[in-house]
Amino acid sequence: MYVIIAGAGKVGWNLARELMTRDREVTVIESDHARFRVIEEELEHAAQYGDATELWVLERAGIQRADLVIAVTGDDEDNILISQVAKEKYGVQRIVARVNNPRNLEHFKLLGIQPVVSATDLILRLIEHEVPEYGLVQLLALEEEHLEIIELEVGEGSHVAGRRVADIVLPEGVLIISVLRNGLGFVPKADSVIEAGDQVLLILDPGLESQITFRFSPSEAGSSI
Amino acid sequence: MFILIIGCGRVGSTLAKRALERGHEVSVMDVDPLSHERLDRDQTVTWEDAGGRFTVGTALEISALTEAGIEQADVFMAATSGDNTNLVISQIAQRRFNVPKVVVRVADPARAAWYSEQGLHTICATQVAIDLAEQAVLGAA
Repeated sequence: MYVIIAGAGKVGWNLARELMTRDREVTVIESDHARFRVIEEELEHAAQYGDATELWVLERAGIQRADLVIAVTGDDEDNILISQVAKEKYGVQRIVARVNNPRNLEHFKLLGIQPVVSATDLILRLIEHEVPEYGLVQLLALEEEHLEIIELEVGEGSHVAGRRVADIVLPEGVLIISVLRNGLGFVPKADSVIEAGDQVLLILDPGLESQITFRFSPSEAGSSI
Repeated sequence: MFILIIGCGRVGSTLAKRALERGHEVSVMDVDPLSHERLDRDQTVTWEDAGGRFTVGTALEISALTEAGIEQADVFMAATSGDNTNLVISQIAQRRFNVPKVVVRVADPARAAWYSEQGLHTICATQVAIDLAEQAVLGAA
């Protein structure tokens, strides 16, 4: 597998190292000359100097045969451009783009660039995971595959608390895949009983969250069903 | 016509003044508040008194584009100094705001050529300069 990384900041450089220790062929493109000299010391011929938004720089790096392009410069416009050109001009099958400013996420989406990685977003999700009062935690969204995995805490007196999995009413397209109880996870069977305080992982079609969350919430709305 | 110009440099400001003279409604946006000076230079009245609009904002911010009037724009011109910024915002104008006419300034001939194949109306001053220089230096082919 041949990987091109645009941008040799902390993210790009460490990605290159990791991939190289896994025997991937890697080229890192860096446009700042001083920075390039630093990474070239270590990465040698795997480092190239140039602006990765210039087509000839990408071609020199061999983008025509790249299996994966990772755009992790500090500039969102550049990351959008690199990803768009890689995908649409050179037919690169897989791209990963970094979003520096979360507000720009919608632009990546508008131009069909995904998957995207946003450090702010990742940290926010970690916070949500650590602070359960948010209730719902989105763990994974596979947009192209149209699936997502969420985590919900089972509220006291909620619809699902004290019920067997088989008796829980959930909309079509939702499946309970795992239960975390006292720090241990297990895959429930139809006769497993869900308890208040459990953390339940569900896989679902995107957009069904609102039809699920109230069944897990401790409010009367849940228990009156 | 309502014309929205992003980038108040030499190209953007001059185009804005000409468009206003020709009776169009013109809004200009730039990140640099001082760039407004270019709109007043050599004019007898200020840009605002002449009927022009000027807002300060970053082109990738949707709220800034909206404030500058992108939702009403008949024409969108991306004339900042950054090729990638211009190419991204012009696609936003086209695909998100459905602006009927989008023109984008691109300095790099290679990027200008490819994006023009993709349906963007690109203007590449570098390519024009190369062609003119070729004619001047080498004569007609």
